[in-house]
Amino acid sequence: MRHEDGTKIASPEQIQVWMKQTMDWIGGIAAQNKFSSGTGLLFDDARVVRSTKVVTNGPFGEIKETIGGFIVVKADSVEEAVEFAKGCPVLQGEGNTMEVRRIAKNDGTH
Amino acid sequence: MIPNLFRTEYRKIVSVLCKRFGFGQIEIAEDIASDTFLVAAQTWSMQGIPQNPIAWLYNVAKNKAKNYLQRDKTFEKKIAPELKTNERGETEIEIDLSPQNINDSQLQMMFTICHPAISPEAQIGLSLRILCGFGITEIADAFLTNKETINKRLFRAKEKLRDEKISIEIPAPSEIDKRLETVLTTIYLLFNEGYYSVSQNQTIRKDLCFEAMRLCYMLVENKYTNKPQVNALLSLMCFHASRFDARINKNGETVLYEDQDTNLWNSDLVSKGGYFLNCAASGDKLSKYHLEAAIAYWNTQKTDTQEKWEAVLQLHNRLLQIEYSPIAALNRTYALSKANGKREAIKEAEKLNLADNHFYFTLLGELYTNIDNYKAKQHFQRALSLAKTEADKQTIQKKIDKL
Repeated sequence: MRHEDGTKIASPEQIQVWMKQTMDWIGGIAAQNKFSSGTGLLFDDARVVRSTKVVTNGPFGEIKETIGGFIVVKADSVEEAVEFAKGCPVLQGEGNTMEVRRIAKNDGTH
Repeated sequence: MIPNLFRTEYRKIVSVLCKRFGFGQIEIAEDIASDTFLVAAQTWSMQGIPQNPIAWLYNVAKNKAKNYLQRDKTFEKKIAPELKTNERGETEIEIDLSPQNINDSQLQMMFTICHPAISPEAQIGLSLRILCGFGITEIADAFLTNKETINKRLFRAKEKLRDEKISIEIPAPSEIDKRLETVLTTIYLLFNEGYYSVSQNQTIRKDLCFEAMRLCYMLVENKYTNKPQVNALLSLMCFHASRFDARINKNGETVLYEDQDTNLWNSDLVSKGGYFLNCAASGDKLSKYHLEAAIAYWNTQKTDTQEKWEAVLQLHNRLLQIEYSPIAALNRTYALSKANGKREAIKEAEKLNLADNHFYFTLLGELYTNIDNYKAKQHFQRALSLAKTEADKQTIQKKIDKL
């Protein structure tokens, strides 16, 4: 999930609504027995460490949307995973994106 | 008199003796316990019931156990020396039937029987026999099978535990959470066996539920096993059991939740459920029992409110992330229809891959009712063709008739 820091652009009430939508979205995936794991990532205390070892306060400023969370699903195909992604409430925000990636098998074959 | 005592005292004698002899000798422990009751039946019918029947039983059991230990030469040679060193050189044979040891032995026995080495079915069977003092006929009734099958099942399970050399003890603190998981699963299965049983025998069904609660309560009472998830399971069972008298009518038919007479709900059990749910609210681990108990709490609130259904929906969302089950998926979708509306729920329901489940089509029927009654009827009819028990069929037929 790539999106803006919600606390910067919305009221606590609005964030509550998004939270519920997100929980319902994940619950729907879990109800199909396709949920594996996932979590939100906090914007507070985010840091970026560059190759020069310079540390900055998050990637904000340069990029508007950053990784706000991830979910691991048990999809049969990329298409199915894309269908799950389409339901994510994050996409209500213009410019926000969902990136769908396969997880490496870690056995050298990918 | 004797059947009641058998139910409560047999398991205590077996646990204590088995703990003393080792699991390998469980059949001898069972024989001594059975013999004790046989002697009681014979003696009491002639001389009358003694003043303190329980003490009388313990005394007989103790003597029989001592005789056995003294008489058995092989035992003397092979096991007794070990026993003696274990007990700091004490030579006199003592059988400790104090309340403390009875309780400890039963708890330890619980961990032995609910061991992952044997199948859940065997765990439940052995629990009923050894921890709950059920007769073989009663167990066979509960499982809708015959005595022979149960005897075989129990025999094999005991053999397996013996072969695996499972010791009778409370697991070490580092292991306790993991081992408790199996114990709690068995207790919950035992409860469900009673709650959702196909057996028509109401008394046995209730007994199964209350025995499961008793076993769980023993865990709550022990400081090593009094964990949040144990309290959560006990809370959950209290909430469910509170509807026991309301969910089945005089003819033995199931009464659906919405048709239940709330006056028949047991308020004492509801408040006990609340108490144990509070006790469960500690630690940093949220178990599925916590979530299920919280859902069960909301089920004790019959009034439809947005707050209720939103809470139930979110609890199911989390429960499904911890552990998927078709029934949780269906209940979640029902809660979704109540919290977010039927149309959203229909969309979500159609994504569930549960085409062999009659509850799935019952749910779809419910969701389509008043939206598209033709479709609703189709789904109910599909559910009817998949339903197995007469009670389920009746329930679905009633819904079709109402359309």
